[in-house]
Amino acid sequence: MHREAKLGLVLLLTPLLLWLVLLIFIPHIDLFLVSMRERVGVGQYDLSFANYLTFFQEPLYLVTFLRTAVMSIFATILTLLIGFPVAYYIAKMAKGRTQSALFLLCLVPFWVSELVRTFGWMILLRETGIISNLLQSVGLASGPVEMLYNDAAIMVGLVYTSMLFMVVPLVTTLESLPDEVVEAGYDLGGNGLSVLREIIIPHAMPGIVSGSIVVFMLCLGNYLTPTMLGGKESLWFTELIYSQFIVRFNWELGAAFGFLLLILSSVIVWGMLRLTGQSLEKTMG
Amino acid sequence: MTPDLQCTNLTKQFGDSKAVDNVSFSVPAGSFFSILGPSGCGKTTIMRMIAGFLEPTSGDIEIKGKSVLNVPPNKRHVNMVFQHLALFPMMNIADNIGYGLRRAGMHKKDIGFKVDEALERIGLPGIGHRRVDELSGGQKQRVAIARCMVLEPDVLLLDEPLGALDLKLREHMKVELKNLQAAFDTTFVYITHDQSEALVMSDNIAVMNAGRFEQVGSAQDLYYRPDTAFVAGFVGDSNRWSGKVVKQDGGNALVQTTSGLTLRGATHGRTLSEGDTVDAFVRPEAIRIAHNADDLANFDNQISGTVTSILFNGAASRVMVRDTAGHGEVAVNLPQSGEFANLSKGAPIHIGWASDQANCFAAGAS
Repeated sequence: MHREAKLGLVLLLTPLLLWLVLLIFIPHIDLFLVSMRERVGVGQYDLSFANYLTFFQEPLYLVTFLRTAVMSIFATILTLLIGFPVAYYIAKMAKGRTQSALFLLCLVPFWVSELVRTFGWMILLRETGIISNLLQSVGLASGPVEMLYNDAAIMVGLVYTSMLFMVVPLVTTLESLPDEVVEAGYDLGGNGLSVLREIIIPHAMPGIVSGSIVVFMLCLGNYLTPTMLGGKESLWFTELIYSQFIVRFNWELGAAFGFLLLILSSVIVWGMLRLTGQSLEKTMG
Repeated sequence: MTPDLQCTNLTKQFGDSKAVDNVSFSVPAGSFFSILGPSGCGKTTIMRMIAGFLEPTSGDIEIKGKSVLNVPPNKRHVNMVFQHLALFPMMNIADNIGYGLRRAGMHKKDIGFKVDEALERIGLPGIGHRRVDELSGGQKQRVAIARCMVLEPDVLLLDEPLGALDLKLREHMKVELKNLQAAFDTTFVYITHDQSEALVMSDNIAVMNAGRFEQVGSAQDLYYRPDTAFVAGFVGDSNRWSGKVVKQDGGNALVQTTSGLTLRGATHGRTLSEGDTVDAFVRPEAIRIAHNADDLANFDNQISGTVTSILFNGAASRVMVRDTAGHGEVAVNLPQSGEFANLSKGAPIHIGWASDQANCFAAGAS
């Protein structure tokens, strides 16, 4: 019986372990090894930090790297600010059928591919797009207005793509807050703001943190949205990685970039957990 | 003196149904008032209107003589102990108790002092730094009360706060609540469906049914002198028969029950006439039980029969007696003085009660 249980456990864990080892561990180890070598001749490589040095010496790389980090953080905050009231309404104010209908509405955009959704934004925002035409016909603009290919367009796309991943954990944690506790907050003299600050947000903290982590990582690693909506005007770090690997065929530098991105996201997530006093177990558990 | 809480013609309508129907009552300062009723009778609705979470459809609520209809819940000098206590799990005990004081803008040092004093008062000094989930049910209960009491409310509302506790603790907390009320000298309004909680603790009890108050009075009033059939049936246990009045003279009525029993009952001032259908209630503890019929000579209701079952429950043991003609069973409390200790099933027995212990009400009330 005991052996059978053990066998069951091994069988159950196999797909997970295969996934982790083949798709996460091995590529990252290889990525690290590739990033640590320097091409000195045809088919000849030396161990060196040259690739990392290139990254720090070339301002474009460094600036794009920091820009990506800052904009991802900003997109996460924006998603949280928009997602929290939405989640609160779904979890606490809506009842019964309205609640499930609203939740479903959040899910609907994910039935089509990200490519189509982003293309939708392009139809709206481009020079010959719907909003531009509308502004001209109303008379608010004299010529075509280009709203694509800037940071704001990227931000809109990122927030839109990430919304569900923020709303779902928030709804789950907010639903577990009893109405009684909120009422008690008011009954004992609290107003809307203090109840939000002292009761609702502390209760929702695990959801806020886990939602933020997911959204932040999705933004940081997003390739499609910044490329399509940002174009050449606003670079995203993933675009640099792509161009090193595919366009320049410089796998060594691309690997170094990839590894730096991993370190960046780990450091920021760790910092965020420290800042909010949450632990990973508490957030995910 | 103005009562602490006065409700006049309070009505709350949800769609077509009236959850609270024209209820008026007043609660004098420093007293313990209970609203007792089955679930769904509207008692929670009254409570929520007093706390300010629901707006009455019509009627007025006055606290210390001032109408609070347009005052939001956080500005009313009324606090509530919720059914599941609703302690804030994200704060420790001291912060829970200090929450209301912080909201009132009190100085931090004074808050600390007041919280310590409150913890002392509820007999739990030094637990301020603990987390909510480290406390037992009874301790949480006391913290929930202390959290309200530090604000010195005019009225404290309690919404079945003992419901979640186990039986032993509930018995203990009944006494404790009464003591706390005396210690804080605050007006308590307590709602419950558990009659023993209401009877033990309250100065005054309102029995509520289907949105209306059936009777307001002391525990003794409700128990010994119920005004309506609902109160007679709801408060305490009763043998209940329905039947017809066959003869009526003065305060007494001769009732022929549908099961065929004939009994003498009292109307206690209610108007009943011959031919009326009535409900008659006799409490099991008001019935005397005897081995000899002669011992019951002074009772005007006497039945001889056999024991059909013995329901042993310590001090609250009962026997079920079926009369010889087979007109149904009567529950009788068993005296624990020992003379009936070896009573067995099927034994012949005699029971009797005085007619004024049999309360008769016109049927149809409930």
